[in-house]
Amino acid sequence: MFSLNVLFSGGLIAYAAGAAAGLAGFRAPRAARVIAFSLALAGALLEIVAAALAIFAPATSTWSLPFGGALFSWTVRLNPLSGFFNLTLGVLAAAASIYSFGYVRHMEGKRNVGSLAFFYNLLLLSLTLVFTAANAFFFLVAWEVMALSAYCLISFEHEKAPTRRAGMVFLIMSHAGTGLLLIGFLLLARASGSLEFSSFHQLASTMSPREQAAVFLLFFAGFGVKAGVIPLHVWLPAAHPVAPSNISGLMSGIVIKTGIYGMALVFFDFFGLPPVWTGMVVLAVGVVSALLGVLYALVEHDLKRLLAYHSIENIGIILIGFGAALVFRALGKPELAALAFIAGLYHTLNHAIFKCLLFFGAGSVLHSARTRNMEEMGGLIRRMPVTAACFLLGAIAISGLPPLNGFVSEWLTYQALLAGFGSSQDLTRVAFPIAGALLSLTAALAAACFVKAFGISFLALPRSDQAAEAHEAPFSMQLGMGILAACCVALGLGATWFLKVFDPITGAALGVRMSARLAAGNGFALAAGTAHGGTVSTVGIAAVLVLLSALPAMLWFVWGRSARRVQGPTWDCGLPGLTAANEYTATGFSKPFRMVFAALYRPKREIQHEYEVSPYYPTAVRFESEIEAAFEKRFYKPFQEALMGMARRMRSVQAGSIHAYLAYIFVALILLLLFGARG
Amino acid sequence: MIALILKAVLQTALLLALAPLLSGFIRSLKARLQMRRGPSPLQPYRNIFKLLRKGMVMPDTASWLFSATPYIFFLTTLTAGLMVPTVAADTPAGLFGGVLALAYLLGLGRFFLALGGLDTGSSFGGLGSSREMMISALAEPTLMLAVFTVAIGAGSTALAEIARVAIGQEWRFLEPSQMLACAALFLVLIAETGRIPVDNPATHLELTMIHEAMILEYSGPYLALIEWGAAIKQLVLMTLLINVFWPFGLAAGWTFPGALAGLGWLVVKLIALSCVIVVVETANAKMRLFRVPELMSVAFVLGALALISSFLF
Repeated sequence: MFSLNVLFSGGLIAYAAGAAAGLAGFRAPRAARVIAFSLALAGALLEIVAAALAIFAPATSTWSLPFGGALFSWTVRLNPLSGFFNLTLGVLAAAASIYSFGYVRHMEGKRNVGSLAFFYNLLLLSLTLVFTAANAFFFLVAWEVMALSAYCLISFEHEKAPTRRAGMVFLIMSHAGTGLLLIGFLLLARASGSLEFSSFHQLASTMSPREQAAVFLLFFAGFGVKAGVIPLHVWLPAAHPVAPSNISGLMSGIVIKTGIYGMALVFFDFFGLPPVWTGMVVLAVGVVSALLGVLYALVEHDLKRLLAYHSIENIGIILIGFGAALVFRALGKPELAALAFIAGLYHTLNHAIFKCLLFFGAGSVLHSARTRNMEEMGGLIRRMPVTAACFLLGAIAISGLPPLNGFVSEWLTYQALLAGFGSSQDLTRVAFPIAGALLSLTAALAAACFVKAFGISFLALPRSDQAAEAHEAPFSMQLGMGILAACCVALGLGATWFLKVFDPITGAALGVRMSARLAAGNGFALAAGTAHGGTVSTVGIAAVLVLLSALPAMLWFVWGRSARRVQGPTWDCGLPGLTAANEYTATGFSKPFRMVFAALYRPKREIQHEYEVSPYYPTAVRFESEIEAAFEKRFYKPFQEALMGMARRMRSVQAGSIHAYLAYIFVALILLLLFGARG
Repeated sequence: MIALILKAVLQTALLLALAPLLSGFIRSLKARLQMRRGPSPLQPYRNIFKLLRKGMVMPDTASWLFSATPYIFFLTTLTAGLMVPTVAADTPAGLFGGVLALAYLLGLGRFFLALGGLDTGSSFGGLGSSREMMISALAEPTLMLAVFTVAIGAGSTALAEIARVAIGQEWRFLEPSQMLACAALFLVLIAETGRIPVDNPATHLELTMIHEAMILEYSGPYLALIEWGAAIKQLVLMTLLINVFWPFGLAAGWTFPGALAGLGWLVVKLIALSCVIVVVETANAKMRLFRVPELMSVAFVLGALALISSFLF
């Protein structure tokens, strides 16, 4: 019917038209909102179809956009890997566009809706091109447009100082990362003589070990900045929360995944057989990011910042899969590598969906309760039932609990790590089960963190007046969340069927197709891919849960039906009635974790009692608790100070004296003459 | 298919019937060891039956989540129980999940129980939830290390396969790696089932309580479901420990004589493990809450040593 590139280009044109509509509608916010977000939705739907076609297309389609020169051609390539990331982007973009209809409405008349719509569409356009560009120059152009439009969206509420600062940190770190990428691409281009990605295929492995190391580290760090791996993460928890929530969802859902896409491209396309140590580095960075990400999330009480730290954690989980895949590939085990790669990619999609869902949930709360601070929420499950249900599903999914999608990808990661123990004979193989154990610690801490996030924000009594007067989000926002929640359920229950999507990807990258091996029990269960390996079936678990519910239903029918059920006050320890002040706070909930992991947090706390008669009857108590921002203080601060110190020393050269400048020119002239005379 | 359903029904019945008896037996054995008369081992049945017929008081701050939690906890625990080998190595829900699914299903139950604790709005509920989540988070990596040690040996996370391999190697439990992993899993068992020295299952309304604080506001049939579920969880974890490390008498398949012998052996081994738990509970005092992480790090080190020694020996 329609060919792939028509659909793809149609999507791009829709995004471009949406951006234009945003620009045109600076003065007409309502029209700008409706038209621009409708066009974005149309573009997203077209891109979803194009991406699905691209994944299952028999051959990679490559074509060049008509402008551009010989070296700087605008080559677009839609292969299965690009298709997969574009599919993820399309789903999120569709949900975000629907969500934005309602979310942006309250900004009309207060903020420049047109510019928001413009940058939103520009971001989607550039993201689509990042995932499909097949020329280093074109890729970097798309990459920069993406970074700049993301910067403008982050700084959208620029009247607040923290927002401006966060945007600045993002911009600086993003450009440092781009610089590293540029060097990496230049190294590759020098070896191939071309900037086309097709000429980079398995090129890195033909280089000398030292060059391989340089290429790997440059790309890993460059893409790592965007992905937010520790220690390059500091911009992420600052920038994601301050953006409008529909943007935060996209940022954590898909913008940081461009780093993951880049790594997949470099590790599995540009490298043929990578050295083993590269995989070990990725694995170690993954484990550290996962664990530290969740530990910092636990002590965070700003709902959106908490979610941002969880992005770091999940990027870590994805990298655990990628790292294991690299190691297995280097050891000549393509099936295992494919399993680990699938685990990483599946978690990429899953995280995109549930994190976007959770940010949208946080956005709905922010929209109606006007706060991001969990200590001022509470009781929202009664006032915002749909938002609460969607957030709960997202929380179960991100905690990796069955039968939702997070469980499936974590299960695959465990299977890959366990199989890794048999992949080599030296001591490094112990690293895999240890990584598995730390992954389980991460998952358990994430569950604790989301008990806190959901329990404190949505349950019990409202802790503030705004929370008590909160109202449910408009229908379009509910629909946006509902779509993503349905995706969480579908990707959990339909895991075995969805695995077919990865066949073309692993087929192209590693030469093996896994979906038949990973299915058991007529396709109803997921298998580990080995002869007697473990199996799991999310559908089966859900079915057993439903069937067994006959049992309590029977008990209820026999006894419970006649049981008297009365409402009563919660036990208040004899106080005159329970108030929100009696409730456990988020600070209180995370207190045991702060104490257990005190070595990491280095918590500081200060308590002041004011009293008149006796210290046992305080009139006022002031409590302050703070944890150390370890990376900022121990890593970035010294670096920044050194940089500033160097700049200060340089300043003495530029003293403003005309005599000194004349002397410089004179010396430079002499040196040039000497240089010329020598030649 | 019919055989599978029959197995599932039998195992469900076994779990439902045996779990309260096991809790009652441990309680009365502990009383005897402490020179008390103690309740009859059948007391938990009476409690559950009594609670099922009672009325209940719903806290007026609570939402639908509070009511859904007992069902979810009960059902997830029971589903997890269908994945564990009880009388035969073959498990009814083996295709649906192995040891990872079991651990995560228990995690799902715990997740909701902790939310149920927060939903009441009382300080006790939050206190219990926070502590429960901390202790389980610290126990989780040890559980995984101990499980990985046997799973790597069997090349599978399917519990049926793990048990089958274990049956084949009769004296395996004497290997250092197995002994260390078993010790680690025992500590996890103590922590996860809320026994002394981590939590005291006999307390109500003390500032040191964990599990009881979380479910303080539940009453009537809901409390019955939670108590029954907790008993099943204890049975499942104990069965996991004994059948993975000491699979004596475990039948390979569900034949009538084999399963009956397997049931006999299961009861014998459960009694033996209960004796160990009772001795540990009687000989120790409850730890301060912030000493529990130390115990859990000991368990983690044991698990890591188990893993490394399975590589060395």
